[in-house]
Amino acid sequence: MPNTKRRRLVATTVAVALGATALAACGSSDDSGTQSGPVSLTYWTWTPGMDKVVDLWNKGPGKEQQITVTVKKQASGDTLVTKILTAHKAGKAPDLVQAEYQTIPTLVSNDALADISDQVGDAKGKFAEGVWQQTTLGTDAVYAIPQDIGPMMFYYREDLFKKYGLTVPTTWDEFAETARKLKKAAPDKDLTTFSANDSGLFAGLAQQAGAKWWTTSGEKWKVGIDDAATRKVADFWGGLVEEGAIDNQPMYTPAWNKALDTGQQLAWVSAVWAPGTLTTAAPDTKGKWAMAPLPQWSKSENRTGSWGGSSTGVTTDSGHKDAAAEFAAWLNTDRDALNALAKESGIYPASTSAQLSGAFTSPPEYFSNQPDFYTKAAEIAETTAPSAWGPNVNVAYTSFKDAFGAAAKNKSDFTAALETMQDDTVADLKKQGFEVAR
Amino acid sequence: MKSAPYGFLLPAALLFLLFFALPIGYAVWLSFRKVHVLGLGLGSGARKEVWAGLENYTDALSDSELLDGALRVLGYGCVVVPVMLGLALVLALMLDSDKVRLAPFTRLAIFLPYAIPGVVAALLWGFLYLPDVSPFYYVLDELGLPQPDLLDGGPLYLALSNIAVWGGTGFNMIVIYTSLRSIPAEVYEAAKLDGATPLQIALRIKIPMVAPSLVLTFFFSIIATLQVFNEPTTLKPLTNSVSTTWSPLMKVYQDAFGNGDIYAAAAQATIIALATLVLSFGFLRAANRRNKQEAAR
Repeated sequence: MPNTKRRRLVATTVAVALGATALAACGSSDDSGTQSGPVSLTYWTWTPGMDKVVDLWNKGPGKEQQITVTVKKQASGDTLVTKILTAHKAGKAPDLVQAEYQTIPTLVSNDALADISDQVGDAKGKFAEGVWQQTTLGTDAVYAIPQDIGPMMFYYREDLFKKYGLTVPTTWDEFAETARKLKKAAPDKDLTTFSANDSGLFAGLAQQAGAKWWTTSGEKWKVGIDDAATRKVADFWGGLVEEGAIDNQPMYTPAWNKALDTGQQLAWVSAVWAPGTLTTAAPDTKGKWAMAPLPQWSKSENRTGSWGGSSTGVTTDSGHKDAAAEFAAWLNTDRDALNALAKESGIYPASTSAQLSGAFTSPPEYFSNQPDFYTKAAEIAETTAPSAWGPNVNVAYTSFKDAFGAAAKNKSDFTAALETMQDDTVADLKKQGFEVAR
Repeated sequence: MKSAPYGFLLPAALLFLLFFALPIGYAVWLSFRKVHVLGLGLGSGARKEVWAGLENYTDALSDSELLDGALRVLGYGCVVVPVMLGLALVLALMLDSDKVRLAPFTRLAIFLPYAIPGVVAALLWGFLYLPDVSPFYYVLDELGLPQPDLLDGGPLYLALSNIAVWGGTGFNMIVIYTSLRSIPAEVYEAAKLDGATPLQIALRIKIPMVAPSLVLTFFFSIIATLQVFNEPTTLKPLTNSVSTTWSPLMKVYQDAFGNGDIYAAAAQATIIALATLVLSFGFLRAANRRNKQEAAR
């Protein structure tokens, strides 16, 4: 999702205006209750260009099966989750919804997503195991079909790395050394920044280190946000910020765009959708960036985390679950649909077979200097570490923004911020009545 | 036809009930509810809404973040309200004087920022506050002057207040100016015959006579301050210094739409509404009492 991240800033501001309407607007699913005869489905998504992809369905397989899908464009991410839950409360959720992976447990926990394992069970083979597992929550049920993924990578200014005699770091230790070396060579420049305004980045970095934030034992949830792996990540970045080796200003601000565009910042730890963001944030430096695998915690490892990505789910309110599941499977596994998704919406597909075909045979325009961009991306995607989401990711994410935002600002202890995040998350689970294991 | 007046009232009353009283009632109802989860909370029937009693209220009142937010907003209000109303009064008095030129244009120019939506204004100012993209910082840099970080610590309050003052002064000025224009000319004539200077007229006649509209603008400003949301929310992505719960309303928004706990949010909203009611009507009563005492003298 190249546009998702950039749109956050706009989304926040627009959310003010939408707050009221989000409550009032409800889905209009056509509940006739029967499976025979023409069916019309409503689909809530924020993916740009989705209407064109859905047109392919409506004119092709959908026409044959008399299943018509209507796209209702939505705000992205958490705003949509709230809207889905509100609509579901009134029994009026749309038939199909787009959901980021980390929101699936929240949606399932509110009984908003239907189990579609009977309809789409055979789609499993089209996806990497770590990706598929996020839509099953480790159970026999299937709550959604993966659409796009965001394997994390390291982006850097090739020309400036050469200029300052820096080599591409393959481990996080080398990464820290690179940051220090750059500070010595050019004190007014930064290798990168630690930004606290997108929790997904930190979650992805922790995932790479092997963190498992939410696990279950019996009928209890266990929260491991301050586990050893995440502590390692927090310590590492906190140390770099404290010693001034990297910047501490948030991403996605006009100042950040300028820093990337002018070479004030030389690198960005990001995901496969970065070319889209860089195209708008740093238009003048097109062709000067290169992509490499994420630095590793030890030389022998080869893992990455994921940042972003979403799936298509069928709601429990839908009167046509079979038809909706059929469409969801087509959208995310059919070759033509995936090609159209890549072309119209610029997504990086979760389906492994699609990662090297169609639009992904040539590099993104911004990275025309790196012809094997997508070959490399597919290799990196394969190394994605499994993730472990729980029913209150939203609370942990909010807590991250506030606690780490303050810690980054004050250049203070990141492990204390991590403890706050852990405590807030556990307290919220307990408040809701979940049993929490120690 | 004794029932005719009620018939006329019906549409307004109906709309009031449907779109005002009912949602408020529902919010209050929600504030006494909470969700209870069974087991892992997955699948159907794992979550149910139960009676919470006063739990949400005690949680909200013992939540230091809500109180801290109220204190932050208070600090912000201490800057905004006096500066904005002071400026509005001075500008209204200046526009009301005989010597002013281009009065209609000036009036419009001062009022114009009020017509700009708060979010847009905050975005524009946000760009001007960011050192790397702001033309002001460029000028400061060229002149070798210190460049304060406006998005942190104490200056953050000034930065936020500035947006509110910029946007709100025009509206308050118009309110005060309108009431200045309604003062009968004979009063000024009498004052002039008695030898009062323009300054004395302003201080002794104009300001006391527009006191009711000063009270009104103060009343509006208190409510607007307690409910500040747009400016800090818009500046939040630009800095680490504004948390998601910076102002009380931001906390309500975050709890309802970020954390999905509409019950706690409803309780906080009720508390904020009550506090606003007490503060603003308390002020109105105090102002009225003073007026009556003065009238009795």
